[in-house]
Amino acid sequence: MQDLNLLANDNRGQTDLGNSSSLVGWDEVTQGTILQSFEGDATGIAQKKAEERSYSTFSSYTATVASWRVKKPVFNIDVCIDCQNCWVWCPDSSILSRDKQMLGIDYDHCKGCEVCVEVCPTNPKSLLMFSEYTPLDEALSQWPEKKKKEEK
Amino acid sequence: MAITSIKNLKEFSTNNDRFEGAHTLCPGCAHSMIVRELMNCTDDNLVISSNTGCLEVSTAVYPFTSWDTSWIHIGFENAATAVSGAEAMHKARKKKGTLKDNDAPVKFVAFGGDGSTYDIGFQWLSGAVERGHDFTYICLDNENYANTGGQRSSATPIGATTTTAQAGSHSYGKKEKKKDMVAIMAAHGAPYVAQLAPNKWKAMAKGFQKALETEGPCFINTVSPCCTEWKFDPKDTIGITDLATDSLMFPIYEIIDGHELNILYRPKNIIGVEEYMGAQGRYKHLFKPENRHIIDKVQQDVNEYWDYLQRREEARI
Repeated sequence: MQDLNLLANDNRGQTDLGNSSSLVGWDEVTQGTILQSFEGDATGIAQKKAEERSYSTFSSYTATVASWRVKKPVFNIDVCIDCQNCWVWCPDSSILSRDKQMLGIDYDHCKGCEVCVEVCPTNPKSLLMFSEYTPLDEALSQWPEKKKKEEK
Repeated sequence: MAITSIKNLKEFSTNNDRFEGAHTLCPGCAHSMIVRELMNCTDDNLVISSNTGCLEVSTAVYPFTSWDTSWIHIGFENAATAVSGAEAMHKARKKKGTLKDNDAPVKFVAFGGDGSTYDIGFQWLSGAVERGHDFTYICLDNENYANTGGQRSSATPIGATTTTAQAGSHSYGKKEKKKDMVAIMAAHGAPYVAQLAPNKWKAMAKGFQKALETEGPCFINTVSPCCTEWKFDPKDTIGITDLATDSLMFPIYEIIDGHELNILYRPKNIIGVEEYMGAQGRYKHLFKPENRHIIDKVQQDVNEYWDYLQRREEARI
């Protein structure tokens, strides 16, 4: 997994242009770049799950933005009702849902925006934000109790 | 037709993401929620083109691409032109039988921000719709040029402060009203035009599916709250969208064939625009006593527009 920020000045894909010492004419310059998201044939990619696909190094799936995060969401499977609200509203495709079940969080692509925690409907929430450095089992042991409805 | 079923969210979630993470959109950006939803609501091959804007610069940070489909970026204004060219070529090659798979369904989609849709790409979009290409144009409306630091666009609502229409001692922010793009596109005679919001995911997914299925040019305006320029906490993106749809600042409706208007979401409790504005930093100055009349004016405009939509829905004109 490569950090996106560190790769900002990487020049992969430009090897064809860089080698020749003589200048190329205007009609010889390749216009634009084509980045292939997959190795080989990409037919029927919509039917394949992420772990079955063969991503090429150009796909941002192989990069990470984990360094953007200050706080991380922690998922508690005991409270989750698999409503998939977090899946539909996660802006970073970081909620791992397979066969109608929420399995966890993809920490390579999560930016810690907290949207999933906000939209979680359970009581107590099955997703909560913790410091990036809190170990998962420690976070799970601190989970709050079910809140009772406030009497009016 | 490989449109995926969306009876409920659990069923919808079995679709495989075709929009990858590790793009560089701000945390909590609604752009990627909308794009993901479009790409998840169908299994068909997609050919997507993007105008310059937040979406384009963030999803194609060289040497990475976040798109698992064919995607092209060319200029600020011509996503509609690029996609209509691709569509025309696809049609011609299908006729000649020179495609790799002649029967595979392909859908053409263009994404633009509000700057490139309402202002810079308007002429190109208008031309592509007039020529009647079979594509869907989706405007991600965040009401300013967020990519370049929050300048005003013709989608910025009255009273909002932007870097080029700043609120201060002599100004209350932008002085002009927002352009009614949905009505303009409906007036082109487009077969399907809609305004949708990401918090109503079902209405949005159904609207997208309808637009993809409809033959001919379709236009969808989606509200995309921008936590950076609207100045709210990233975690509140969906909450702000709720306020936007419940206060009727962004009514959710569709117009079929330019006359058949259907309101897709009627809030049970309509809230005042004050509540929507109060949640965002860009309207903060309107709550000073000398600017209060702007809020009243916006409320009046919103009420009038809601009344107009309801009358149009009833009259079918």
